[in-house]
Amino acid sequence: MRDLAKRALDSAEVAGASFAEIRFDDREVQSVSVKNGVVNSLVTRASQGFGVRVIADGAWGFASSPTLSGPEVDRIASLAASIARASALTKRQDVNLGPPVTQRGLYRTPFTMDPFTVPLEQKIDLLLAADAGMRSVPGVSIAESTVACIRISKTYANTEGTYVEQHLLETGGGIVATAIEEEELQQRSFPNSFGRHQGTGGWELIQDMQLVENAPRIAEEAVALLSAPHCPADVTTVIIDPTQMALQVHESCGHATELDRVLGWEASYAGTSFLTPDQLGTPYGSEHVNIVADGSSATGLGTYGWDDEGVPGSVIPLIENGIFVGYLSSRETAAQLDQASSGAARASSWNRIPIVRMTNVNLLPGEWTLEGLIADTDRGLYLQTNRSWSIDDRRLNFQFGTEIAWEVAGGKLGRMLKNPTYSGITPEFWGSCDGVAREWQMWGTINCGKGQPGQTMHVGHGAAAARFRNVRVGIV
Amino acid sequence: MHGEAALQTLALRALEASRADETEVVVLSGESSLTRFANSAIHQNVHEVDLEVRVRAVSGSRVGVAVSNRSDDPSLRQVVAQALTSARLAPEDPEFRGVPHPEPVPKVTAHSTETAAYTAQQRAWDVKAACDLAASNGLEASGFWSTREREVLVANSKGVLAYRVGTQGSFKTVMLGENSSGYAERNAFDVKAIDVPGAAQEAVAKALRSRNPEALAPGEYPVVLEPYAVGTMVGYLAYMGLSATAVQEGRSFMSEFFGERVAAPSVSLWDDGLDPNGIPASFDFEGVPKQRVDCIDHGVATAVVYDSYTAGKEGRKSTGHALPAPNPGGPYPGHLFVEAGDADEAGLASGIKRGIWVTRFHYVNPVHPKRTIITGMTRDGTFLVEDGAVTRPIKNLRFTQSVLEALSSVEAVGNSRLLVQDEAGGACVPAVRIGHFRFSSATQF
Repeated sequence: MRDLAKRALDSAEVAGASFAEIRFDDREVQSVSVKNGVVNSLVTRASQGFGVRVIADGAWGFASSPTLSGPEVDRIASLAASIARASALTKRQDVNLGPPVTQRGLYRTPFTMDPFTVPLEQKIDLLLAADAGMRSVPGVSIAESTVACIRISKTYANTEGTYVEQHLLETGGGIVATAIEEEELQQRSFPNSFGRHQGTGGWELIQDMQLVENAPRIAEEAVALLSAPHCPADVTTVIIDPTQMALQVHESCGHATELDRVLGWEASYAGTSFLTPDQLGTPYGSEHVNIVADGSSATGLGTYGWDDEGVPGSVIPLIENGIFVGYLSSRETAAQLDQASSGAARASSWNRIPIVRMTNVNLLPGEWTLEGLIADTDRGLYLQTNRSWSIDDRRLNFQFGTEIAWEVAGGKLGRMLKNPTYSGITPEFWGSCDGVAREWQMWGTINCGKGQPGQTMHVGHGAAAARFRNVRVGIV
Repeated sequence: MHGEAALQTLALRALEASRADETEVVVLSGESSLTRFANSAIHQNVHEVDLEVRVRAVSGSRVGVAVSNRSDDPSLRQVVAQALTSARLAPEDPEFRGVPHPEPVPKVTAHSTETAAYTAQQRAWDVKAACDLAASNGLEASGFWSTREREVLVANSKGVLAYRVGTQGSFKTVMLGENSSGYAERNAFDVKAIDVPGAAQEAVAKALRSRNPEALAPGEYPVVLEPYAVGTMVGYLAYMGLSATAVQEGRSFMSEFFGERVAAPSVSLWDDGLDPNGIPASFDFEGVPKQRVDCIDHGVATAVVYDSYTAGKEGRKSTGHALPAPNPGGPYPGHLFVEAGDADEAGLASGIKRGIWVTRFHYVNPVHPKRTIITGMTRDGTFLVEDGAVTRPIKNLRFTQSVLEALSSVEAVGNSRLLVQDEAGGACVPAVRIGHFRFSSATQF
């Protein structure tokens, strides 16, 4: 690999590149899904290749190929330089990457049990047991269960002298019970929505989930939701569970602090951000709100040794005691603000360029307990598990739905409510936060989409339950 | 491009290596380029080439799938063996009826040599012209201009052997002003049919017209939705309920309404992979020829799309809408069409006392799929309509709305259609006027 990397970088320079990088990416995915007692997806997927990104005539070009050979890296490096010269037709200024990055080393995801060594039969048996547990509950129409494991080997080298190698491992699983009656459809997911919860680590993550043990409970809740009252329209106090808080952080803080959005680079697709540089140092939320981007959180999907520009993963404060203080950034975006990269340039595969992505964007734990938050609430709702999500293209107006809500009355959980939704404007909403729980867990988001061509990224969110006042609920 | 002979040789090598009861090999090969621009400059410019082999092995009624982008002999044997190993570990699926038998595949024209050969330099010059137009109007240009060529070959042990090659060009742009924006997109299989300057001009005009928007209280309004918004809306309708899997599981809104009115009589929605007004594809990822499926016919719910698995459950034929295996989500209609009406632009707004003109939607997601309720934002050109005419720009609004209820109150349909395309597929649709559309909240810009 080292020889091919050197050859590619040399070829790029011969073709006129002032900077070049090559990234080899070799990944294998194994996933199993069971639906209503049938294995409806059992697949192994392998993909390998490399991408060369260069600066020539002060502009970017990128080309990629699955063929790992000397002549092919020559061809791709030369093609990338040619594309860069085409980019230069419209440039306003030369690309500035800031200080050179010179890193060397090897990183491996820590794990206890390699999920690829767990026999497929064992995985199928686990899912069939969870499936049976859900379908043992009368009224369940669809039971779905999934496990997946991914191993990624990446090597990155650039013309500044960086050469790093990484071996990443992800494991995830989850179950979903759906109950249907005429026009009503209700769903409960465990431990998270989007089909599964995932983290960096091994099979121990699945063992900790207790999918089989939780299957009957979520199935019972799905069926009970069919006849539960609708969540009424109101403005009230909401306590949001950690999984939904993870997505709330993701949409309203994570994306909003991506510096490429702020600079307008995503304007045509995902949008821009209200958190422009003139807002640094101004209030984002209440004093209870502390959010960091942490590239080193245990089991986080944004945990790695180096990002895809060779910058080490780091801890960057984004919101400190409610004040907006920092950005997720790449080398080029950070240089626009005379800052150092936060190590958040990530590519979803060998055939994609690194763009600014979340690492693990974590809401730091507070001093409450969830039990204490509920006991301290006279009237409100406890909202669990995401069901729908949407936010405007500057990350201000959001609306979320959750799978289930529980009335809170007199400091106690009351009856179950179906089809709950809540909405708000980001800084007003976070400004109404008056408590964050201390029971904190890392959650994985496996469907974060961004970029053109599209890139689906896996990102992490440490989160705890939190309470918000005067929130509009019941929009359906 | 590898060509039919090379991909056929590859697939037949994989079939020969298989010891499964039945085997299906899908070879996907492609070369694509995308030039992306923001702040009126190209900031990302990429090219990729790949070849993927997908093997579905069947043992009894058990199915396993393996996928690899390595196509040398040892890798090919490995991917075939992995698929069979997986199949043998899976429990029997009594509803699996086997891979499809061969059928004649119609010929469609979906390839343009000019599109396949379009260069980074050509795209850059096109983008430069769009950026210059933006600059001359005090705006910033952003967007992308992409071209691609894609080959699909499907072969199976029952004799299916189908090959198609197609191209696609897509130009999408958002023009940004200080407090306004405008959008346009064009898609075709032939770049010669894509009017990049025209799209740039449309987005510029919209950005200029939407300057200094005023706030409008959310609530229920009559609306005119441009084709961009209509395409998004019917795309979500397809996602939520136009597949046989969703119907068979009871998840689809169609389940209770076949033969009944679900939309206004002026609304007809169908899927047709062979129509050259879309991005044509002659067969699906099982090698089954694509059929036109009329999903909503003059307002009446009529049919959904099938792959071989869902068709086998009902003892009928696949309509040619399979996605690559494994496809637990089921078949999908990726070539949607809505029938045009007779209203011109002025006719769409006429009759609206006080309403809203929507260019496009942003970040749409289902809230309640069975009731077809979706939410999302307006974006890139939202206007107030008063006394039958567009009068002034307004700040963006969030809608929370049942798609079927919206389609039931369609009052006029535009007399021209536009192909809007996203990663899930395309929709060739007109603008529509809808009598009742619910905006649930507002944002600050």
